[in-house]
Amino acid sequence: MDILHQIGRDQIRTDFPDFRVGDTVKVHYKIKEGSKERIQVFQGIVIQKRGAGVSKSFTVRKVSNGIGVEKIFPHHSPNIDKLEIVRYGRVRRAKLFYLRSAKGKAGRIKERRRFSA
Amino acid sequence: MLGIIGKKIGMTQIFDENGKVTPVTVIQAGPCRVVGKKTMDSHGYEALQLGYEDIPAKRVKKPMRVMYEKKGSPNYRYLREFRPGNRQVIDNVNEGDEIKADFFNLNDKVSVTSNSKGRGFTGVVKRHGFAGFEQSHGVHESYRGPGSVGQCAQPSRIFKGIKMAGQHGNARVTVKHLKIIHVDADKGLILVKGAVPGHRNSLVLIQKEQ
Repeated sequence: MDILHQIGRDQIRTDFPDFRVGDTVKVHYKIKEGSKERIQVFQGIVIQKRGAGVSKSFTVRKVSNGIGVEKIFPHHSPNIDKLEIVRYGRVRRAKLFYLRSAKGKAGRIKERRRFSA
Repeated sequence: MLGIIGKKIGMTQIFDENGKVTPVTVIQAGPCRVVGKKTMDSHGYEALQLGYEDIPAKRVKKPMRVMYEKKGSPNYRYLREFRPGNRQVIDNVNEGDEIKADFFNLNDKVSVTSNSKGRGFTGVVKRHGFAGFEQSHGVHESYRGPGSVGQCAQPSRIFKGIKMAGQHGNARVTVKHLKIIHVDADKGLILVKGAVPGHRNSLVLIQKEQ
């Protein structure tokens, strides 16, 4: 197992802020179209984090024109240009799949209070 | 083609230059040494005998130990034969030659042979991918059964080769045309795209394809 960790270690990115499930994030994602490269921003709520090591990934959900859109990002992908936290959310579970069917008030997420150390 | 003996370390994933995820199997390939050669004259076939993983002499049975002594070779835990099917390949290698991971190049195609994971005596759903039956709507006592296995008074027997339950896995399996994604010569590791038969730490034979 140790060898596997070593192989993964070189690819792991540590340049993101520490975000949690429930936070609203902006993901700046590099998209290659032919030879052109541009950056697309995807803003939404992190509803899931899964996996460990290099295979870690997270799911971001947003509602676009009334339609729910979810995107799964490999956490250590070199195509993620930047990740910003827009809002810290306080939630009581690890996976927020209930947001998919939540309407109105049920879909709100409280702001997480952060204390500076 | 010539091959090498190795050990499956496990699977992980790597990002390629486009940032796409590639699933890879990590294999500890070699180092192996050519212990002996089988020749048409004395053995009736052409092959190269490779040894893998040094062990102390006291761990080797006497007939093997004497054989190693005669060859002037270290003692190996594993001894496997490769039949390159090409006389030149055999002639190009000498007894005592070391074969290491750098024997492989990037983007080489290889076939990997190993014993698959043993699954024991399994039913037809797991072993042959049968669909089974419905879980309700009047089905009783037969949710994962094979269904009919034959006809009636003609031929009043079951044809050979009908897919049935039985031992699944723990058999020699070869996966062909796997691409080499990365070679780490220092550590003796190779990364192969896709899955490879066998559990972690199982012995694998890796052969280069022409």
